[in-house]
Amino acid sequence: MRDTITSLRYRYWPDHLLGEILSKRWTETAIPVILLLIVGFAFSRSIDNFLSPASLADTARQAGEIGFIALGLALVVIVGGIDLSVGSIFALTDFCALYLLDVAGWPVPAVVVATLLCGALLGAVNGILVGYLRLRAFITTLITLIIYRSAYDLLIQRYSNAIASAFPDIPSWDFIGAGSVLGVPTVALAYIVIAIFGHIFMTRLRPGWHITAIGGSRRSAYNSGIPVRRTIALCYVASGALTSIGALFFASRLGTVGGDIGVGLEVIVLTATVLGGITLGGGKGSVAKSAVGVLIVLLITNGLTTMNARGGVNRMALAGILLVAAMVDIRWQKNRTRIISKVYVAPTYHELPPPPPTEIGQGGPFEQNDKLRDVEAIGLGRIEAPEDVILDRHDNLYAGSRHGDIMRFLAPDYQKMEVFAHIGGQPLGMAFDREDNLYVCIGGMGLYRIKPDGTVEKATDETNRSLRSVNDDSRLRLADDLDITDDGLIFFSEATVRYEMDEWPIDGLEARGNGRIISYDTKTGTTRTELRGLKFPNGICVASDGQSILFAETFGCSIKRYWFAGPKKGAVGVVMDNLPGYPDNINLASDGNYWLALVGMRSPSLDLAWKMPGFRRRMAKRVPVDEWLFPNINTGCVVKFNEQGKIVESFWDLHGENHPMITSMREHRGYLYLGGILNNRIGRYKLDNADPNFVQYDKRWGKQS
Amino acid sequence: MKRFRFNQQEIVFAVFALLFLVFSIFLNGFLTAENMLTLLQNVAVLGILGLAMAIVVIGRGIDISLIAALAVPPGLVLQMVQNGHSLPFSLLIAVLLTIAFGLVNGWLIAYAEVPSLFATLATGLLLAGLGQAALFQLDVVQWSPAMDGFERLGQGTILGIPTSIVMFAIACIVVAFLLRQTRWGAYIYAIGDNPYAARVTGIPSRPIIVLQYVIASLIGCFAGLVMAASVNSMPTRVFNSTLIYDVILVVVLGGIGLSGGRGGVLNVIIGTLLIGTMLNGMTIMDISYAGQNLIKGVVLLLAVITDSFLNPRNEETAQQGDI
Repeated sequence: MRDTITSLRYRYWPDHLLGEILSKRWTETAIPVILLLIVGFAFSRSIDNFLSPASLADTARQAGEIGFIALGLALVVIVGGIDLSVGSIFALTDFCALYLLDVAGWPVPAVVVATLLCGALLGAVNGILVGYLRLRAFITTLITLIIYRSAYDLLIQRYSNAIASAFPDIPSWDFIGAGSVLGVPTVALAYIVIAIFGHIFMTRLRPGWHITAIGGSRRSAYNSGIPVRRTIALCYVASGALTSIGALFFASRLGTVGGDIGVGLEVIVLTATVLGGITLGGGKGSVAKSAVGVLIVLLITNGLTTMNARGGVNRMALAGILLVAAMVDIRWQKNRTRIISKVYVAPTYHELPPPPPTEIGQGGPFEQNDKLRDVEAIGLGRIEAPEDVILDRHDNLYAGSRHGDIMRFLAPDYQKMEVFAHIGGQPLGMAFDREDNLYVCIGGMGLYRIKPDGTVEKATDETNRSLRSVNDDSRLRLADDLDITDDGLIFFSEATVRYEMDEWPIDGLEARGNGRIISYDTKTGTTRTELRGLKFPNGICVASDGQSILFAETFGCSIKRYWFAGPKKGAVGVVMDNLPGYPDNINLASDGNYWLALVGMRSPSLDLAWKMPGFRRRMAKRVPVDEWLFPNINTGCVVKFNEQGKIVESFWDLHGENHPMITSMREHRGYLYLGGILNNRIGRYKLDNADPNFVQYDKRWGKQS
Repeated sequence: MKRFRFNQQEIVFAVFALLFLVFSIFLNGFLTAENMLTLLQNVAVLGILGLAMAIVVIGRGIDISLIAALAVPPGLVLQMVQNGHSLPFSLLIAVLLTIAFGLVNGWLIAYAEVPSLFATLATGLLLAGLGQAALFQLDVVQWSPAMDGFERLGQGTILGIPTSIVMFAIACIVVAFLLRQTRWGAYIYAIGDNPYAARVTGIPSRPIIVLQYVIASLIGCFAGLVMAASVNSMPTRVFNSTLIYDVILVVVLGGIGLSGGRGGVLNVIIGTLLIGTMLNGMTIMDISYAGQNLIKGVVLLLAVITDSFLNPRNEETAQQGDI
């Protein structure tokens, strides 16, 4: 009863989603967006007309103006600095625009250009000081804040009357300030255009990448040849120019040069930036975050103003939000990976009946023996991690190695070893096609094809993205074993979509169906996911009927059959279940049966733990990784089973002397060749009563060597 | 090369002497007893604040919220006495508020690891906003009769020396003792010099950082009390002024590098004298407030640039994102 409840709870509650969602980059934008929705909702409930068109248009105008400044600040913060002088630059450029228009009488286009230049120039001062002289950004811009502000104060003492008494009546100027297109204020439109450009700039263009790189690590950026100082300086220039755009719209909207223009603006913009999730210290941020931050801050300040809060309350609210946002951001950036690694492992309920006996004297097909004790070792100490072994028609022996090579041992004595092809990732399962091309599954890379002359080509490294998966499962993380049908269709297994190659034991700890079977059509070059939700699918072998494949589910401890053609097309059936170990590769035997490697044997402790997901989750959270309870893969055996799923024979190395660990085996001309992912050798075992001329693919495709 | 290099302290002192001399000769009313008194009195508050800032800057931090600590707790004392509470009780509450404020600052910087400039910018706003929103009825908190006697903290003379100067001197001695004679002071220098090394050697760097900000806030509050006593009121709008830049100016010009671990009380005194003379001279020359700010800003900028050349940031210990 209790087990049923546990099993249902783990079957239907998606534990694994939390870790996957948290490890997505967009969660960092999602939190401010949710906050924005909450704030908007709260104020619209408590204040009448908060979301009326007039009020919205007003908010949009303010948001546009502040949004420009926030964009500039975002740029500076992403590059690793800060610009506090934006409030004063805003005031000065506002003055510049109005002075040129009202007092000097310049035409509007000239005013616009001059104001932009003025802003860029003021920003350039910061840029030179911070970028080239390498002063501290915070203190420097704090000082320029004072200098610009006092310059502004001095200027308006002289000219404020002249500006206040002028009433320019220029339609184009008024359009900038008060106009709208289809009900959208000009400033909002301009903001949207620039924001879209900014997004493309930051995510798609080289200078944007340079900016993020410098913010992420200044020294590494310098070492990789990015002009660090110039880029930083230009960011401040851009900040000044963007601020002056905001000031232009402000000037044309209100046309005043009051003493308090831009005072405290830097705090508002900074709050918006941090609240949006742009990390102080640089390297992370986006245009969308900046925009969301601006909207939240504006909604809050406008809401508070509407509710007649005192100036101090507004100030406190801003400062409080700023602090909380900065704190959350800093803690999150610091602990992100730790938090994710703690919640990512999401074990699930997995029940297996007691395994069949293997002990000597207990009988049964799995009874241990010592047949593999005297296997001959090929390449002893010279090869590392031959997960799979295969022989070609000329009897040469191929095996993968941990160093990312396919090694070839030359017939007849297999003493000479050479690098057949270098791939770069660890080769796992292998298979020959009719043209003697070697197809190899490479962990972390995908399916590769090696021509007989040793040239390496990528066959496929992605499949269709499934809509319901949070993790991007279009990339192949752990392609594992494959076989080729008579029609040139390659079926290969991908053990897990949640872990990388080096983390595969953790998938065993989870015991969730994270794996899948994928097909690759050699004729059309298309890749398609055939089956999902398998518990670490591993070995694959085309069955003798030519219409189905047999595949092993390592942590499901079962062998299943999948019909890809014929009347039962699409069906899946169990061939064997409740194996005493974890099945790995399956290959054809000369007598029409199948060879199966058991990579490790089950243990009562893990079987029990698989029924206790909560226990495993606590273990994953509290105990260091190297002390977790993992599936044991240090000893195993080879078994032969027939079409009906009956074990015919088993081969053990009882004392673990010569070849205890087996992930793959291949029968060839009366010998069984053994590979193991933790081994430093390839085993060769002489089979009794085997067809001395058996060559796997030649037999299937009727070729003669 | 060594003999051509002057100590920054000496340079600043020479500049001060020169400035003083020039003002004395060319400015009418500079070298009068009355003006000297004003100068010293203005300088006293600035100097006390400079001491507070010095402690934090030596520990490789900065405290922008000092002016809030200067304005709000003393303002609270005046307001509470006005509302009928007793002076000792009000003082107690103000000191508790200051300590709490310092703890918040320190916690944010040491434990939450928010950059000090950023944290204190926000907490300063928070405290000032609190004062504005909840504590004070008017922007200028008036002196009430129940406070009589307390103004001697800032007015009058002790042994012929203006009291505020004496207060500055007392603060100097206390801070110098703290920095030079106690283990905590040594820790502050160690943390400022290389925070990671300090931490690795087993110095309780986080509690010490908190301590720095608590002490700074307390000194700030003390400066506020002296200021309130000397002008018989607490203009809380002082928070909006540029006083904090004067304080930074004092520290940086005095020769306490912003990269931490260097300088001492003597630097604060020299910096204070220079800034005090400069401000006083500009006031006598009748330069407008904005003009004064402009000049101060430019001087500060030059000082920071010089500082960055004299005390370059240690690239080994400068943190990524150390803005």
